[in-house]
Amino acid sequence: MSYYNEMFDGDAVREPYARLRDWVDTMPADFRQMKQAEAEALFRRIGITFAVYGEGGDPDRLIPFDMMPRVFEQAEWRRLERGIKQRARALNAFLRDVYGRGEIVRAGRIPARLVYQNDAYEKGVVGVVPPRGVYSHIIGIDLVRTAKDEFYVLEDNCRTPSGVSYMLENREIMMRMFPQLFRGNRIEPVDQYPELLRRTLESVAPAKCSERPTCVILTPGHYNSAYYEHSFLANLMGVELVEGQDLFVDGEFCYMRTTTGPRRVDVIYRRIDDPFLDPLCFRPDSMLGIPGLMDVYRSGGVSICSAPGAGVADDKAIYTFVPEMVRFYLGEEPILNNVQTWTLWKDDDYRYVMEHLPELVVKEVHGSGGYGMLVGPKSTAAEIEAFRRKIEANPSNYIAQPTLALSTCPTFVEEGIAPRHVDLRPFCLCGDRIELVPGGLTRVALREGSLVVNSSQGGGVKDTWVLSE
Amino acid sequence: MKLRISHETVYRYDQPIRNLVQSLRLTPSVYEGQRTHDWQIQVSGGVRGPGFRDGAGDWIEGWTVRGPVTEVTVHIEGRIDTRDTAGVLRGHRELINPLTYLRASTVTAPDASLRALAAEAGAGAQDQLDLAHRLSRAVGGAIAFRPGVTEARTTAAEALALGEGVCQDHTHALIALARLSDLPARYVSGYLHSTIDGEPHDAAHAWAEIFVEGLGWVGFDAANSCCPDERYVRLGSGLDASDAAPIRGVALGNGAEELAVAVHVEELPQ
Repeated sequence: MSYYNEMFDGDAVREPYARLRDWVDTMPADFRQMKQAEAEALFRRIGITFAVYGEGGDPDRLIPFDMMPRVFEQAEWRRLERGIKQRARALNAFLRDVYGRGEIVRAGRIPARLVYQNDAYEKGVVGVVPPRGVYSHIIGIDLVRTAKDEFYVLEDNCRTPSGVSYMLENREIMMRMFPQLFRGNRIEPVDQYPELLRRTLESVAPAKCSERPTCVILTPGHYNSAYYEHSFLANLMGVELVEGQDLFVDGEFCYMRTTTGPRRVDVIYRRIDDPFLDPLCFRPDSMLGIPGLMDVYRSGGVSICSAPGAGVADDKAIYTFVPEMVRFYLGEEPILNNVQTWTLWKDDDYRYVMEHLPELVVKEVHGSGGYGMLVGPKSTAAEIEAFRRKIEANPSNYIAQPTLALSTCPTFVEEGIAPRHVDLRPFCLCGDRIELVPGGLTRVALREGSLVVNSSQGGGVKDTWVLSE
Repeated sequence: MKLRISHETVYRYDQPIRNLVQSLRLTPSVYEGQRTHDWQIQVSGGVRGPGFRDGAGDWIEGWTVRGPVTEVTVHIEGRIDTRDTAGVLRGHRELINPLTYLRASTVTAPDASLRALAAEAGAGAQDQLDLAHRLSRAVGGAIAFRPGVTEARTTAAEALALGEGVCQDHTHALIALARLSDLPARYVSGYLHSTIDGEPHDAAHAWAEIFVEGLGWVGFDAANSCCPDERYVRLGSGLDASDAAPIRGVALGNGAEELAVAVHVEELPQ
């Protein structure tokens, strides 16, 4: 398999990386090591760490940071941006539709059962139209590149995608360590993200809110692996970071306990999952949620971002229909490609996948974080057979995709730089407008040849540059 | 029938509670079989919160009691005209796609006995309506009415294994059988004036609704071997008893709770 190298075209350096070439070539090895150590110290000091699920060990492990940036030129980014915004509009149109009349189902474009029997489909919010009709306010779209102008969407994250703090911190650290790079290159800024996020949240305040909306971030607490990000964003946005016990329902509204008495809350950017939001409505044993919150939400007393039930749009089985959503709701052709996906609950697909396991990537329908997946070409015969038995036991729990030729980006290694596979998660904001900061989180598979970029599986992160004209 | 309903639920706590939040599904449904007059809901010491009609057509009303209190009374009083629609929920406005009610919940999850009963009872059914009637009869035959042997968390499978239970168990079992037969089914909570043989029932009651193509939602009361008629008052629905509960509440406090319920369903002269 051959891979698109984002920096080199044979021996020639591609235009966006031209200036970085000199930077890399003239950097002495000991200087590089010193800078790498400095970067780690900075990350450690600001406290950005990432707990790794299921691996045990140090929960405050740093995500490895690679100093070699990943670069897009303006024209490349503009096209990506159009594709991402298009997808975000279609996903929200889909959510509005399936919690309303379900026209896309009536038209036979998506199987009814896939929507209405989906675990993420929330019966309790049918008929509830959130302010501006937006259900998913922060959409993280995972993309991979396979050629100069060829991008594939791996998955959409419509609930509470994390990672944006890395986008911001990676940039911050690069600017601190290599200010001259930012003088020599015209790099579009990303630090307006918190302000845009706050504006997005304020723009979806309920109609009953008459003053400047009070927004909060609702976190499950400091045991959550993304807690750092929750407090980081609250801090940058200038809003309160709250836990369930800090909020309560009284009459028609939701309030926050403060030292000066209760204060009404208009918009909750929640970083907890639907089942934990409200013990009256969902899991009665949830200690994280706010009793009565869903009734206040459903009667228009508070906005919840993302809206409860938004998860039905980013389910791996629904994913295959996103291009169809773009055509159905927007009357446009999708700009970004979907990866061909075999759904194992279909007999034909099942047969094909079982015959071609060594070539395919197989994922759990509700899995995330790179867990419970098989990368056929990178697995041993024994691993493939073990996975085959898991599939046989519960075929409908799996989907399969071809192994994509993920692009590579030069990455610092022991001997200098070497190509490593990367993906990209940009963060699209949906409120009264759709906004996308020029950049995102680039994850890199640090192990040579590895195609799994998840931080839980040995992935690292890079600063992502979009060059201005 | 013209019915007067009074329904009082008293919660007593051995230690004071604060910040009680309730979500009440205690207002009769709007459809051809029911017309409601002067319906009053009062929660002692409470503040009325949000009220709205949800996607299933149910009127939901939130209440909060700041407390501290050791006793809370939820009192409902109202009059309603009912008429027989042969169990069909005609003229009921709702948005939720019926397929949503094919999902099993924990208490309606099928086991081997429920599967066997569904297959046996459903064999030879002429159409969906016939199938639904057969399933309802099968539940009535397999689970005898007997209070006190099951509890709130008893599952459909457990009730069938016991062969005894109350209306909640009959309803869960019928829902499980219907969903196994690919018929959307849901739990309905309400009141019943009297049983079919004229015995006063005068209490809260529960039955199932099954979605039959061409007719829409149709009620089946497996416990009483009939379809709901003018003796029934429908409040709301859900995937199971807990999802359809007329009263849900959460409070701050560690006190033990004691509950007393009094329901009167009285026929008024024409």
